[in-house]
Amino acid sequence: MTTRPPVFSKFREVQEELGRSGRAIYRDANGIDSLIIRYPYSINYIHSYAEDTEFFLALADGKLKGSKCTRKSCRTVYATPRGHCMACGAPTEWIDLPPRGRLHSWTTCHYGSEAFLKETPYNLAMVEFEGADSLLFVRLKDCVESEIYIGMPVEARFDPEPKYSITDVWFVPKRG
Amino acid sequence: MPARSKSSKKMPRVARAPARTRGSSARRVYMVTGGVTKFAKAHPAMDFRLMVRRAYDYALKGIPNLTRDRIDGSRISYFSDHFTRQLKASSMVQDYLGLNPKGSVRIEWGGATGGECFQAAYEAVASGRMDVCLAAGFETMSRVETWKGNEFIALASDTNFDFPLGGFYTGYYALMVQRHIYEYLRRTKFAHITDEREAQRLATAEGSRIMALVSVKNHQNALYNPYAQYPKQLTVDQVLQSEMISYPLVRELICTMSDGAAVAILCDERRAREFTDRPVRITGVGTGTDTMRLADRPFGKVPLLPTEKASDYANLDYPGIHSFRAGRAAGIEAYRMAGITDPRRELDFVELHDAYASSEIQTYEDLGLCRYGEGYAFTERGDPFLSNIQYPFPTPNAGTLPVNPSGGLIACGHPVGATGLMQAVFAFWQLQGRIAKHFGNKTLQVPNAHRGAIHSHAGTGSAVTVSILERGYRP
Repeated sequence: MTTRPPVFSKFREVQEELGRSGRAIYRDANGIDSLIIRYPYSINYIHSYAEDTEFFLALADGKLKGSKCTRKSCRTVYATPRGHCMACGAPTEWIDLPPRGRLHSWTTCHYGSEAFLKETPYNLAMVEFEGADSLLFVRLKDCVESEIYIGMPVEARFDPEPKYSITDVWFVPKRG
Repeated sequence: MPARSKSSKKMPRVARAPARTRGSSARRVYMVTGGVTKFAKAHPAMDFRLMVRRAYDYALKGIPNLTRDRIDGSRISYFSDHFTRQLKASSMVQDYLGLNPKGSVRIEWGGATGGECFQAAYEAVASGRMDVCLAAGFETMSRVETWKGNEFIALASDTNFDFPLGGFYTGYYALMVQRHIYEYLRRTKFAHITDEREAQRLATAEGSRIMALVSVKNHQNALYNPYAQYPKQLTVDQVLQSEMISYPLVRELICTMSDGAAVAILCDERRAREFTDRPVRITGVGTGTDTMRLADRPFGKVPLLPTEKASDYANLDYPGIHSFRAGRAAGIEAYRMAGITDPRRELDFVELHDAYASSEIQTYEDLGLCRYGEGYAFTERGDPFLSNIQYPFPTPNAGTLPVNPSGGLIACGHPVGATGLMQAVFAFWQLQGRIAKHFGNKTLQVPNAHRGAIHSHAGTGSAVTVSILERGYRP
């Protein structure tokens, strides 16, 4: 007979034991035992940007692309591109966005989901552009919490080594 | 079902003689019982099937005539397959409860999963497809660490444009409340300050202080709710001094992850009268939606409630990222169906989706409990507080329209697929006047509660349900 996994009455202790041996028994206040095991789960996804592709390819070239409704009576301009217009339903066409805008809102994250914890603290921002009807959601860098305000002029920076992610673009305060 | 004969075609439903909702072909629908497990950080001794079973047993215990064979089928809700890592978990619940081979459907609608499950069960009965329908919901979020859990939840944001920036819902809600504060405090109370940074700092500090009032309210209400995960007595300073998560949202302004389950049983009028002398009627259901990405929200006009005029909001770009158009749309639909024109006067209480104290204040406005822009003043005056609880600050209007008397998500916990059903159960007990029976004390019983609203909310406001519940009996 092999020895049973160790028994704990605190869930935190169970979690610690899972980190060591991957198995533990939790005993609750009523004396009921639950066998708990740990297993990993990871996946490599095959993800297509599909109709958003042009946007991500443009980032690699240091350009921001939005989209504009093709219907003459609509012409809604999207700073975050959409293949079809949500106002009227017509297809959109690609347009160049100016590489600068203003902060519509912002926050500094001191925590994040597990994948981003090592990057904290980081700033998130919604940017509004002259002539665009919707916003773009980005990281805001090269500034600290106390400097940032709604309405602040910002400009785009692009990753010279693109990862083909929305993080290939970020904004910084417009200097001068 | 037997093949339909010519004679039955003439009189298809006479035998059932369903009571119908005025002006509609739908049958009247009642809630007759409900049950909730205590929400907890982890329930290692119960998997999702057993959690639902416990809530289901509690619900059935109160009604001797309502045995398993009387249930025609179910609607079962859970949010995330990532948390469960068991696809078709709803089938396993159906199986465990011994309800096979009756009909069942899994419901998923992000954070509004529980609210949508409740309405799916409503529709099953209203349409005549079922006479008695079980709505059951659960979530087991303890299966991963908190920050991995945040990652799973953030996968309910656009994975091309939103998730890779930080994958963090608290960050999204922080962006929204920053703009809400800008629209409604910076541009009013602090309009006289010319230094933009300074004005925004002061407005955010003021907004944070008022959000803290909501956190104190919900945590303190929960002291009297034995089902709540985090009941506690807090001061405004304690809330404000808790750890900063995403500026300006601190830990005590945010709900946590939970394990839990809840069930509600809905049926038609005839069976409702048979099962209980205190049925609660569902008189209104509404749903609303909005863009998945916050960045895509339009800047247009406010969809008005009967008590509002377009001129009230002449200078407001709506919804932008400061308000929840889906919540407004859901409210308008539910109120219209229930015949409510002024929710401030015609509701006795509201259980709403306060995943963040900020979204509770935003939702006051969306649901018309006050006008857009008045959420902070409405909180400060004390309208959403209970009159019989002594909070650590003045609440002159307490009792006017109690919001989250149960403690809400912030204090009760938020096991996503169960949350909207938990609200239904708490609202049901309120309307039955039986809070004391289920909570062991009557502190949270809203006096003479005749009509209440429940509100379930998904994503950054991409999907919202509102349901109106009313006493279906004469006391």
